[in-house]
Amino acid sequence: MSSATKTSEAGPARSATRSTPLPSAGRRPRRRMSWRHVQSLKGASFTWPFVAGFAVFTVLPVLLGLGQSFFTVKSSGLGFSAAQTSFTGFDNFVRALGDETFWASMIRVAIYAAVMVPVTMMVSLTMALLLDAVRRRVANRFRLLLLIPYMIPGIVATMIWLYLYSPNVGPIRPVLALVGLDVNFFAGNMVWVGIGNLVVWGTIGFNMLILYGSLQAVPRDVFEAARVDGASEVRIAFSIKVPYVRGTLVLTGLLSIIGTLQIFAEPTLFRTVSPETITKDFTPTMVIYNQAFQVGNLNYAAALSIILALVVGIASAVIYRLANRVDK
Amino acid sequence: MSLIDTQIADPDLLDAGSASPRGSARRRRAVEHDAGEMAGRRGGSKWVVIIGLVAFALYSIGPAWWLIVSATKSKQDLFTTSGLWFSHFNLFENLASLFSYQNGIFSLWLWNSTVYAVLGSLGQTFVALAAGYGLAMYRFKGRGATVAFIIASFLIPSTLLTIPSYLLYVQLGIYNTIWAMIVPAFFSPFAVYLAKVYTEGAMPSELMEAARIDGAGEYRIFFRIGLRLLTTAGATIFLLHFVGSWNGFFGPLVFLRDSDKWPVMLGLYSWLQRGVDSTVDLTSLVITGSLVATIPMVLLMIAMQRYWKSGVTMGSLK
Repeated sequence: MSSATKTSEAGPARSATRSTPLPSAGRRPRRRMSWRHVQSLKGASFTWPFVAGFAVFTVLPVLLGLGQSFFTVKSSGLGFSAAQTSFTGFDNFVRALGDETFWASMIRVAIYAAVMVPVTMMVSLTMALLLDAVRRRVANRFRLLLLIPYMIPGIVATMIWLYLYSPNVGPIRPVLALVGLDVNFFAGNMVWVGIGNLVVWGTIGFNMLILYGSLQAVPRDVFEAARVDGASEVRIAFSIKVPYVRGTLVLTGLLSIIGTLQIFAEPTLFRTVSPETITKDFTPTMVIYNQAFQVGNLNYAAALSIILALVVGIASAVIYRLANRVDK
Repeated sequence: MSLIDTQIADPDLLDAGSASPRGSARRRRAVEHDAGEMAGRRGGSKWVVIIGLVAFALYSIGPAWWLIVSATKSKQDLFTTSGLWFSHFNLFENLASLFSYQNGIFSLWLWNSTVYAVLGSLGQTFVALAAGYGLAMYRFKGRGATVAFIIASFLIPSTLLTIPSYLLYVQLGIYNTIWAMIVPAFFSPFAVYLAKVYTEGAMPSELMEAARIDGAGEYRIFFRIGLRLLTTAGATIFLLHFVGSWNGFFGPLVFLRDSDKWPVMLGLYSWLQRGVDSTVDLTSLVITGSLVATIPMVLLMIAMQRYWKSGVTMGSLK
């Protein structure tokens, strides 16, 4: 490294950026510092566009939402005069804590998540273990087929299943009728089975891909050693492979929980078919959307969003802790 | 670190990365020999595995098959014939009515989706590569805080941002404009994180030193060397956002009001809603439209598997 070249290189840049004259004492060390300074400033400038945008489109909305939730808009009288915005402290949060429709939707989705996330993880893990048990060339072919649902846009996937379930055009109900089952996927609790099935269909490919990736990273000689010791393939799968991918399982499980608690698109599309079962307050995100854009109470919707975010955060933290405790 | 794991885990990358073709072939044979031995030893369990995989494959493909078959049927056949096999081939008539309905608004929606996806992805890729490169290659005041903010922001559920973002967009005057779909997309913390991790693995600091000695400035090093070495990262970020933007639903629903600005997913949803509400039967249009809106995504993802697979795997390991 020739520091002389660098000093002469950084010289003009330094004098261009620094307008204040440097004190003459201790000049040499300062000169080196300022070359470093210019370089790190230039390095930092690569991040400035992002930092600015992040501040405007992520940090600012979070602060704005917090601020909004402490205010209430009151339209006075018959609405002739302008609406008054007043600071009401924690009123919106107090109201939210006692909001039965909101908590009913939260419980509905929590139960759904408690069933769905383990099911999704188990099905994806089974798929990944099956793929891991065949030759790599066969696995690559199957892997592409199993990833097809992941490539289909979520809205399209929901529409496909809506039609598949439908009594008019769908092939599922005639098939079930042959066995003597009459299932209406749009009424009562069957709605959750219907939504659950389509979510499983859409997400197992993605989870399988991640789990398969970490299974492939398990050193193969471990299996060979287990086989020499007489372990069966099933035993190897459950005693070696599954513990190896536990960390990946916890992470993918967490991601699905965060996504599931905020579920919006699927029930919203199902609502077009059965509005009497899927009410406008079916899931927490639907309550928030409804409060904000149908009722028009943005402040209350902001408070509900914060509560939902807290619930999601607490749920993730608790599950992360539990998973790590089991690990020990 | 996790990038390296991914590359080793991915057989395509492993093959592509090995220097000599003979070495690659030998390695592959060794792997297959190992797997073959295992499969051969237990003939019974091998069939259980294959049957299981076939069942999963049928479950995965079945609905997609139904969509393809149904898009080729006339309205009458859709309701009267079995959904799993072809009837009278009516695809071209369906396409004609799809693109002519409401003065061809469907092609406008496709165009909007394309514009949002292309511009949003280009901006996001460039901003993220620059920021990731800066965070990976330089030490400066505020670097640690920036990384901490990026990682903390992964924990923010998107629902939390939606309502305040709506208020903000109204204030900024971008609500119900195409910019609401494009500009905020530029600044993705996750993309920056991806770019940072990729840069750490792909850009040796010795190379930077050498370029500096040759007299290249910091920006020149980024544009002439950095961007070239980060092509893979750029393609991954571009692709992931392209697909995410194309499939987006909640964002456009909240931030766009006029139907001539909607992307194709929102448009299809509006038809689904209307088709159930009124006497007009839009079922056939929704099905054909879904197929048309899906095919580009499937082709794109199959063609660029290498990129999104590594991105997806890394995303989960963050």
